[in-house]
Amino acid sequence: MSAKTLFDKIWDKHVVHSVEDGPQVLYIDRHFIHEVTSPQAFSGLKERGIPVFRPEQTIATADHNVPTENQHLPIKDALSRHQVETLIKNCEEFGVELYGLGHPYQGIVHVIGPELGITQPGMTIVCGDSHTSTHGAFGNIAFGIGTSEVEQVMATQCVLQKKPKTLKIQVDGKLNPGVVSKDIVLHIIAKLTAAGGTGHFIEFCGSTIESLSMEARMTICNMSIEMGARGGLIAPDETTFEYLKSKPFAPKGEKWNKKVEEWKALKSDPNAQFDLEYHFKAEDIEPMITYGTNPGMGIGITKDIPLPNGKTASGLEKSLKYMDLEGGKQLLGHHVDYVFIGSCTNSRIEDLRLVAELVKGKKKADHVHAMIVPGSRQVEKQARAEGLDKILEAAGFELRQPGCSACLGMNEDKVPKGKYCVSTSNRNFEGRQGQGARTLLASPLTAAAAALSGKISDVRELMKVEA
Amino acid sequence: MEKFNTLNSQAVLLPFEDVDTDQIIPARFLKSVSREGFDENLFRDWRYLEDGSPDPEFVLNQEANKGDVLVAGRNFGCGSSREHAAWALVDYGFKAVVSSFFADIFKNNALNNGLLPVQVTDDFLAQVFEILKKKPEAKLQIDLQNQEISLVGFSLTENFEINSYKKYCLQNGFDDIDFLLNKKNEIEAYEQSLA
Ligand code: SF4
Repeated sequence: MSAKTLFDKIWDKHVVHSVEDGPQVLYIDRHFIHEVTSPQAFSGLKERGIPVFRPEQTIATADHNVPTENQHLPIKDALSRHQVETLIKNCEEFGVELYGLGHPYQGIVHVIGPELGITQPGMTIVCGDSHTSTHGAFGNIAFGIGTSEVEQVMATQCVLQKKPKTLKIQVDGKLNPGVVSKDIVLHIIAKLTAAGGTGHFIEFCGSTIESLSMEARMTICNMSIEMGARGGLIAPDETTFEYLKSKPFAPKGEKWNKKVEEWKALKSDPNAQFDLEYHFKAEDIEPMITYGTNPGMGIGITKDIPLPNGKTASGLEKSLKYMDLEGGKQLLGHHVDYVFIGSCTNSRIEDLRLVAELVKGKKKADHVHAMIVPGSRQVEKQARAEGLDKILEAAGFELRQPGCSACLGMNEDKVPKGKYCVSTSNRNFEGRQGQGARTLLASPLTAAAAALSGKISDVRELMKVEA
Repeated sequence: MEKFNTLNSQAVLLPFEDVDTDQIIPARFLKSVSREGFDENLFRDWRYLEDGSPDPEFVLNQEANKGDVLVAGRNFGCGSSREHAAWALVDYGFKAVVSSFFADIFKNNALNNGLLPVQVTDDFLAQVFEILKKKPEAKLQIDLQNQEISLVGFSLTENFEINSYKKYCLQNGFDDIDFLLNKKNEIEAYEQSLA
């Protein structure tokens, strides 16, 4: 048998049927749904008069448009309320488990799957949200789908897909101080561009990736989609098993031991061929920040914003105009109005700990609005148990309730027109955080540093002062 | 889903690269629970001025630029998986989008809604932009059967790719769920093979 990549192994195992010169019928192990991309799919089932085929493999939560304060009160915005109520009704009617507002497991769909142990190695996982790629950190095939596909999965537990090509991204070496997993992935996207991975599924590997915690790995896989890839995965190892072991829905006892044995086999064969390969060195990576309106427009924090030249002119010029930034200049020292720490990219307990450690005993700049939105109720609870809330609040950061929040500005948490927001989320598209909002993507450390100084800063300077 | 055969239409030009789903339909308009009514907010933030009036600079607000085909720069539809982007384009009346590169999820979403993504070469796209800028009344012809796109009256023709399954679906207004529902027995057999 020829050598296979991990992606091929998992994919091939899930193919139910192949259509000639067409897609394959791929069996889905776990289906996550939320309030925004599911209502039309449920309506589709109703029109056909069919049930959810495997409700026990479907998990719902409310995250995209929920308010991040006073979650115990009815949602003020009528349209959002209607969407959330529709989800509740649909889940009742179709027998789907819902971790809705008020439930101790509620949170951003890509945060709760892993922390509950629903996300496991070797699975196929889909959700009507492109950052489903996050789950790939556990060594599975996880990707975002559209609502018609959500309906397909509800109706048949399968989705029709063309098999993507494989792309290997290897990162080796030791990370520089002040550099975290968000910087790794922003660095890679800056090099490969926002479309560099289109048509591919990524496997991240190498000594740097192996050294990362599960939460840091999730940040990397989360942003696979920002280079156009369908998803990204990392082969499971002891770090993965250790993380999963105590989680509520992880297998227990004898079953656990059997599963771990199975999972240990989940790796690419040594000579497996990828369609495309890239190598990066950890030493080359600086704290990163974006200056433009797609995640590929990023630079090391001390570098200059690129100058538009003939080739890139249209995109870059348009972006810089929207951002009101100038090519050839540094971003360091640029004024900042908002700092958002949250989203399925960076809203886990380790992110909050990192921020708390940096801001402990300090104060944010007066003019900066600093918002921290935990990824889930469990993250929030843990943060409070560790006293992080006190540290953050003393530094002037507001700790809110879980949800997608300012990542996409569907609720009240928006950045006003023309304001600059250093954000730990994943997209800096025009208007993403609010109409006319200007988003600069960065790591939780770089975002916290911006909040403290009120301007774009090199977190290494701050860390130096401490050392 | 409507059947797709041959399309002969003027085009609307959007000569920008990386047009993302947040531009096609901003998140704040995703609160509906039905598939209709998204056309009003298609390209919302480019289409309207701050006071809510149409921006005369934007192509959808210009009389000369009407048609069922949208021609856009490379990497169209990147970003979110929201199918609302495809719904908004279909709702507005577009039947095909021409670009030199499409984001994966968008392509699937478009096809699932009878909107044909026509991927052409960068060269072809550049020529279409150039000619249509001067002659907006010229028509694009998209022939699905022969997988051919041409600019009528100009010797500019190219073939495009589409897999035969999707082509069949489009031509017959057939959708994936019908197909999958017919495969129920196989799916159940697969599940049993795992147990
Ligand atoms: S946090 Fe942002 S990217 Fe993540 S699921 Fe929510 S909206 Fe999508």
